[in-house]
Amino acid sequence: MTTEPLVAVDGLSVSFPAGPDPADGLIRAVDDLSFTLPPGGSLGIVGESGSGKSTAAYALLGLHRGTGARVAGSVTVAGHDVGAADDAGLRRLRGGVAAMVFQDPLSSLDPYQAVGDQIAEVYRVHRRDASRRAARARAAEVLDRVGIPDAARRARFRPHEFSGGMRQRALIAMALACEPRLLVADEPTTALDVTVQAQILGLLRELREETGMGLILVTHDLGVAAGSVDELLVMKDGRAVEHGPLREVLGTPRETYTRDLLAAVPRVEARRQARPAAVRGGADDDGVLLEAVGLTRRFGRGKRAVDAVDEVSLTVRAGETVGVVGESGSGKTTLGRMLVRLLEPTAGELRYRGRDIGGLKERELRPFRSELQMVFQDPVSSLNPRRSIGESIADPLRAAGKLGDHQITARVRELLERVGLDAGSYHRYPHEFSGGQRQRVGIARALAPEPKLIVCDEPVSALDVTTQAQVVRLLGELQRDLGLSLVFIAHDLAVVRQVSDRLVVMRGGRIVEEGPADSVYEDPRHPYTQGLLAAVPVLEPAEAAA
Amino acid sequence: MTGYLLRRAAGALAVVLVLTAVVYATFYIAPGDPARLACGPRCNPEQIAQVREQLSLGDPVYTQYWHFLQGILAGHDYSTGAEVVHCDAPCFGLSYQNNQQVTDMLVERLPATASLAVGAMAVWLLLGTGTGLLSALRRGGITERVLTWLTLAGTATPVFISGLGLLMLFCTYLEWLPFPSYVPLTDDPEQWAWNMLLPWAALGLLESAKYTRLTRSSMLETLAEDHIRTFRAYGVGERSLVARHALRGAVAPVIALSAADFGSMFGNAVLTEMMFGLPGIGQLLVNSTKSLDLPVVVAVVTVTGTAVVVANIVADVLYAVADRRVALR
Repeated sequence: MTTEPLVAVDGLSVSFPAGPDPADGLIRAVDDLSFTLPPGGSLGIVGESGSGKSTAAYALLGLHRGTGARVAGSVTVAGHDVGAADDAGLRRLRGGVAAMVFQDPLSSLDPYQAVGDQIAEVYRVHRRDASRRAARARAAEVLDRVGIPDAARRARFRPHEFSGGMRQRALIAMALACEPRLLVADEPTTALDVTVQAQILGLLRELREETGMGLILVTHDLGVAAGSVDELLVMKDGRAVEHGPLREVLGTPRETYTRDLLAAVPRVEARRQARPAAVRGGADDDGVLLEAVGLTRRFGRGKRAVDAVDEVSLTVRAGETVGVVGESGSGKTTLGRMLVRLLEPTAGELRYRGRDIGGLKERELRPFRSELQMVFQDPVSSLNPRRSIGESIADPLRAAGKLGDHQITARVRELLERVGLDAGSYHRYPHEFSGGQRQRVGIARALAPEPKLIVCDEPVSALDVTTQAQVVRLLGELQRDLGLSLVFIAHDLAVVRQVSDRLVVMRGGRIVEEGPADSVYEDPRHPYTQGLLAAVPVLEPAEAAA
Repeated sequence: MTGYLLRRAAGALAVVLVLTAVVYATFYIAPGDPARLACGPRCNPEQIAQVREQLSLGDPVYTQYWHFLQGILAGHDYSTGAEVVHCDAPCFGLSYQNNQQVTDMLVERLPATASLAVGAMAVWLLLGTGTGLLSALRRGGITERVLTWLTLAGTATPVFISGLGLLMLFCTYLEWLPFPSYVPLTDDPEQWAWNMLLPWAALGLLESAKYTRLTRSSMLETLAEDHIRTFRAYGVGERSLVARHALRGAVAPVIALSAADFGSMFGNAVLTEMMFGLPGIGQLLVNSTKSLDLPVVVAVVTVTGTAVVVANIVADVLYAVADRRVALR
């Protein structure tokens, strides 16, 4: 029996003008892409940033129309020729036949309107005969279906009154409102914590089983795809690199690129490679470098006061890496900032080499500044776009005031090479570099004043997996060669496991579990840690389905 | 919200106090004899002495200022020779040159300025947001280019040129309108409106250029937001996209700026008032500055300053009402 496919993409190419002038030429984001999806089937489109996966997904709903993008090839969704459809036909398709779930659930909803009204509006676009009352009832019904408690009341809330997970549920509810045959989800869980991510992915699975709709899931995270789809399409530079059943692509990848991608994915079940004890900088002989005792940071005052970090005690020994994991709002970044005294603790002690630096004034802190450094999450915004990277790296050296101009330039060149960049890039500007390279610059800047301890706050979470692996490897090398102590803050449990000697799990500003990394991962004691680890998506399809 | 308003009111009061103190100091402590200046050139020494007495210029500076504030809050009694003149609160003193209470002069002038400001605001809101929206929605087309050009011309033309042009066109050449002369609204609403038409148009046109640009850029910004993409991806038509989702975000800054501009009209519309012979606050300020009628100048500055400060508070509140994400604290 031959059934008409739900989605048929044939020779799809999407190009964008490279600049305002037609003479600038075109950038080809998607290049000759073809695939089909049977009714009720599910396909994961995976790839790194810039691979064209989102651009391809947008083409399924004809979202490139009117944007200046050039679309070639044919896209057919449930019998509708997307390229040939007129505007009215396209509007009927969008939301009615194929619905899209976007990445950032906060910005994807209208901030001024109640969530229920937004869903009702979409419903009435496709069900012209539905009354306002019926549309509102439908909104409450789908909100209830996606697991929003007390849906009828919550439907009147505005998006900012919802949590991140609830917003994403609301977006999925909007997609469900008109019973589409295809759901296109563009990085639906990237902005969410792992436990919430697991819930949303579970919800998508359930809804598919219940309604029989097809799913196209666009994601950079192979783990997310592994648990949610039957087929996988790997994209690179706008082209399909590999396409096949999930098990085959993950289990016996044919292409080198797929193999490299899979190898770069950090695995939460993999132990950290053992390091010789000697290079740990004498961690065994109680070489405590930094010690926090009952460290607390309060924000706001009066009734609105929140203890973002609540009596946290922690030791960092010379040469070791302490991983700090937790979900958003757990206080891990606030803790990291206090450890390098970018923030002043409200209470508690912070001892560096035995001296309490928690309450020191800026002037008294000066001598410690160069020894405690930080690498920030966003390599784009943490570098001044108007200063050359060499200048940025030289800043902490100038601030320390120990070296002359020539020595500083020489040291910056040395640092650039040390982090794997060309020494000649001193005079280049941040926008000329990729995300991974910029993060290397950030690391070089932290290394410049020869620190003893670096707090890395989500240093790789903005990077693609392959770049992530390179930066993590660099940090490991630097630690080995320079005897650095690292505090590695991240929400990604697998990345943290790759680098950490000891692990601290935070929740609601407190440490809920602490211990040697391997024992925490293999034998978590606290239910919260257990939940967190259970929520991590795994690459093995058999396990993922379980 | 109440707490916010109280705090803002306290802040506004402080600003106005500082403003009055500075103006007061500038005029009364500056070199030259303030009594002679306030009294005017045709005063005899006796009259000047009396003015000095009434302004308590013999007292220390802070006492003088205190008297001035007292007058605003509680009124004042002035003895002019044998009789006593009572000046009710808010009393800004006496204009010796005009032989009139300053407050009365202000009250006389207020309706003309208020009429001008209200009408001009209507013009700039309609014209400015209208053309702004149009040029945002027809981006890249001929409409946008023409509108951009007109906007630029509008900003670049001073009101004494555009006003003159309007007068020549409508009053001299076409003879559709009489030369404007101010008729109070309470006397004859229809004549009031006919006579205000040209001043409204001139001032409104000048201001609307700014609003065209603001509306255009904030509309384009809103249209580029993710939630607009969401509704487009759900088949919502372009017209409802703009009307239901984009407009609200786009007009929030327009409303806020309008409120602030409305306040500044009470001192900034001088040129328009002079051009069309409107007996407004701005005209009063110019005239009294020219003749160095100090009590009047101080009063006008105080009142216009207060109008600006109050208008800015209103602007912030309106912004928060239009954009619920803005929390007033």
